[in-house]
Amino acid sequence: MSTGPALFSILRQGQYLVASVHTALDDSQMLRLQGDLVEEVGRSRSRGIIIDVAALDVLDSFGTKTLGAIAEMARLRGATTVIVGIQPDVAFAMVQLGMGTGAVATALDLEEGLAFLDDTLALPSTVRHGQ
Amino acid sequence: MSESISTDPFGGLDTTSTAVTDEQLLPELVAHLREHRAKLRDEWARRIQEAHLLEAMTAQEMAVETTSVYDNYVEVLETGSVEALQQYARDLSERIIPRGVETHEVVGIVLLLRDVLARSLFEKYQRDFGLLNQILDAYEPAANRIANTVAVSFVEERERVIRQQQDALRELSTPVLPVRERLLILPIIGVLDSERARQLTEQLLTGIRTHRAKVVVIDITGAPEVDAVVANHLVQTVDASRLMGASVIITGLSPTIAQTLVTLGVDLSKMNTIGDLQGGLEEAERLLGFTVTKEEGSSQL
Repeated sequence: MSTGPALFSILRQGQYLVASVHTALDDSQMLRLQGDLVEEVGRSRSRGIIIDVAALDVLDSFGTKTLGAIAEMARLRGATTVIVGIQPDVAFAMVQLGMGTGAVATALDLEEGLAFLDDTLALPSTVRHGQ
Repeated sequence: MSESISTDPFGGLDTTSTAVTDEQLLPELVAHLREHRAKLRDEWARRIQEAHLLEAMTAQEMAVETTSVYDNYVEVLETGSVEALQQYARDLSERIIPRGVETHEVVGIVLLLRDVLARSLFEKYQRDFGLLNQILDAYEPAANRIANTVAVSFVEERERVIRQQQDALRELSTPVLPVRERLLILPIIGVLDSERARQLTEQLLTGIRTHRAKVVVIDITGAPEVDAVVANHLVQTVDASRLMGASVIITGLSPTIAQTLVTLGVDLSKMNTIGDLQGGLEEAERLLGFTVTKEEGSSQL
């Protein structure tokens, strides 16, 4: 696993984790994101994960596959995952290469992702966004 | 030296005239063309009229333009630099292209000017073939370069106009229209080739982001046919839209297109299709939670 500064940040927002990717990740950084997220889900008892990839202008097949894997792992640990902020070019390139995110939910941006999780998980409003 | 040649027609014997270099001939040539400017320009204008060129222009415009072309022409002969002429030719093209002036007319008038000037040189140096040859050696390459420059500038300018119009048409051809909050429609009219399909994808995906759309209705009532490549491209566009968090509804698949797609074996199982645009909009409104109700008795019509 890669050492050095992480190229992503994982923030806790109430019952959700928001993972924000800052720049293109190489394979080891991608695996580090996977490890950190799956571990953090249990530690903070999160119900949902939002992975924001708006800063990425390219997403390779390994990255796409790992995002799918994270979603599946998180599901096993009790959290729903939504990918947000996929850029138009990236979206089309992913589809052309035959790599959709599979069964993973996607949303336009962070706001939409939060709304999606709120709807899907139907949390009582008192615990939404950690209020 | 140049003075002795121009005043004394018999002075240019072969031995003396071969000693005259291009550097001395060109100024003499230019001086001659400047001196007879009015006469030669009128002669040129007359030849243009005879050849029925540039009939789209008024007599006054012709007078102005022929004068400036003439001056530019002589200037290029003098300086040997075509840059100013290039700029002038481009400006001129910009002015005359919308009037329907054709390439052959522009090339025609420049060649006419070349001939008119050459004739006047023949006339002036007819008694001394050696000198005439030398003068023409200096004149012809420069004149040909001018003709070339003007023609190329004109064609370039015309191509620029065409490109500009193509861009404008292309942008108009796939409008992305917001109809309700977070609902876009994309009417597709005309044949959808792969270039248009690519552009449609681009506009749709950026449209989704700028309008924060959740539902997009693509109406292909106006598309006469769709081939396998374009159909697959449409499927990919729908998938890509889903990745950006928007669902796509396709409406108005004609019987022909439906048959083609199924025969071609395009996998449309993931596509949400609805018969017509009205049905598509109703479904989109339902997805977004809009309800449209008609108020009884309040019709203004």
